[in-house]
Amino acid sequence: MPEGAPERRRKTPEEPVGWELRLYVAGQTSESLQAFANLKRICEEHLAGNYRIEVIDLLKNPQLAAGDQILAIPTLVRRLPEPVRKIIGTLADTERVLVGLDLRPRG
Amino acid sequence: MKKSRRSAFSPETLPKCPTGIQGLDEITFGGLPKGRPTLVCGGPGCGKTLLGMEFLVRGATEFDEPGVCISFEETAEELARNVASLGFDVDGLIASKKLAIDYVFIERSLIEEAGEYDLEALFVRLALAIDSVGAKRVVLDSLESLFAGLANESILRSELRRMFRWLKDRNLTAVITAERGEGDLTRYGLEEYISDCVILLDHRVTDTIFTRRMRIVKYRGSTHGTNEFPFLIEDHGISVLPVTSLELKHTASEERVSTGIPALDTMFGGDGYFRGSSILVSGTAGTGKTTLAAHFVNAACSRGERCIYFSFEESAGQVVRNMRSVGIDLKRWLDKGLLRFHATRATSLGIEMHLVKMHSAVNEFDPSIVVVDPVTALLNSSTQSETRGMLLRMVDLLKAKQITALMNTLTHGADPLEQSQVDISSLVDAWLFLRDIETGGERNRGMYILKARGLAHSNQIREFLLTSHGVELRDLYLGPAGMLTGSARVAQEAKEAAEAGLLRQGIEKQELIRDRKRKAIEAQIAALQLELETEVQESKQVLAQEELRLSDLDRDRSAMAKSRSLNAGTRESGRKSGNKAGGRA
Repeated sequence: MPEGAPERRRKTPEEPVGWELRLYVAGQTSESLQAFANLKRICEEHLAGNYRIEVIDLLKNPQLAAGDQILAIPTLVRRLPEPVRKIIGTLADTERVLVGLDLRPRG
Repeated sequence: MKKSRRSAFSPETLPKCPTGIQGLDEITFGGLPKGRPTLVCGGPGCGKTLLGMEFLVRGATEFDEPGVCISFEETAEELARNVASLGFDVDGLIASKKLAIDYVFIERSLIEEAGEYDLEALFVRLALAIDSVGAKRVVLDSLESLFAGLANESILRSELRRMFRWLKDRNLTAVITAERGEGDLTRYGLEEYISDCVILLDHRVTDTIFTRRMRIVKYRGSTHGTNEFPFLIEDHGISVLPVTSLELKHTASEERVSTGIPALDTMFGGDGYFRGSSILVSGTAGTGKTTLAAHFVNAACSRGERCIYFSFEESAGQVVRNMRSVGIDLKRWLDKGLLRFHATRATSLGIEMHLVKMHSAVNEFDPSIVVVDPVTALLNSSTQSETRGMLLRMVDLLKAKQITALMNTLTHGADPLEQSQVDISSLVDAWLFLRDIETGGERNRGMYILKARGLAHSNQIREFLLTSHGVELRDLYLGPAGMLTGSARVAQEAKEAAEAGLLRQGIEKQELIRDRKRKAIEAQIAALQLELETEVQESKQVLAQEELRLSDLDRDRSAMAKSRSLNAGTRESGRKSGNKAGGRA
């Protein structure tokens, strides 16, 4: 994960951004780095060009934790499309991440 | 709460953090372990959250220790509203940076778990909140929600362990609440992690009466009260009812207070009860217990002392009216503000609630005399052992404050008194017993002192009279016919008076007779005296006459001899001797 950068955007000019994702981390721990890598991989596979990832480091902005009701680290928040979804963990379990993002039906 | 007491602790002993919660600091001997987490567990609705909130609010307001509440169940607004009824201004404390509340919302259905995670964000939020107010106290309420919201229990456990370590390292005194589990203290065995202090809250319904209880299950490095202590959530927060005198350290006053009845004072050796003692007045219905209490109150108010009268059977108006009929005017003391009535139905509240009401009334009014009339009414609102416990606590409270307490109990006519109330007896210092004495178709009242610790007291039964000017005590008539009371006594007294009259008359008569006799004898003596004098007088006269005649004779003879010697000198000697003899015969 690129250090410190609170946001990181990936946007294709032809499509409007449909997915707004936030990844909450606390410092550059191995879990956080894993989570970011996993997220990027999944997004590229399933949402290529149609997503934006914002990384928030709570060690730098602790006051942001309350707003999204963050408890666990790392936490991925799908802010758009609504409803808001939360996925916690290193996002290593791709299936569960896809379910959590409503990219795959629950079952 | 007890700052002075705490400062007396030597540095080696465990430092404690006073909660400010009434009674809790007494049973923990100073408060919760300072800088360590304390687990508060109990079932739903037993007051865990409230205990936590009160801990924070008291800390912020009374001990200048700001606090943080991490709530997993209720929002800050909800918490503030919930405790506002207890007079806690949570919003004000938040505004003045003495309290911070962070509501952590966690809902399992909205969270997907995909891989390893930790609760660092919770630490971040906690640290932020702590730094924002400079907190010394932390409440986590409740951990169950955390377990309910997250699936990976092993992560949770290790994170909680880390959390408690973290709190300790920051020297924060923490209260962590948890639901009570089936067999264990908590549902998730959290007591394994928090081993410094565990408080168990409980509530149960016995005989349709709801009671909350608290027990210190564990307190590492400190002594603590181990019993179950009833507690209440009342107007001013939590109130635990400890047996205040775990150590029996009451000071014993030598001062005496009048019973209000001079004759009864005499029975107690002249001056009445000891100040600060507990007096039990027991008796069957209608024996004058309330009147006795009214006398006591009246005397105290006359001295300018304050009294509280807890009445569980009669309203204040009833007592005042009824006491007027025996010549005791309690209304003037009510008007003067020296006397206060608390009249409630015993069954209206649970026994602990009664105790707490009494407790707060006593604390507020600061009386020197308290009357409870009757204590037995409270029996109905609880079981015997609970009543005893309550009485013990009440007696303790009053003793600690050096308040003289007079408690009335109603005994059943047929009950052998000593058996039925022996458990109460041990709590009280003096015990007056009023009883009916049925003789000669009458019911009369008798009174005696069953016990009076430290007082030389009369062992006699007195007849107890209710007159229009109050209570009067009479010696019982004890005679060959046995013990007499009432009109039998009056009759006996009259009879005795008559007998005494007769005797007195007899004595007077005897005296009269003796007088007369003496006078008669004296008269006789006088008469004899007179006779004697007369005789003496007479004999004197005779003697005088004789003397006279003798001297006459002498004169005659000498005259004759003169004349004879002139005529014939020879015949003179013969005649002289003859005449002499003849004159003497």
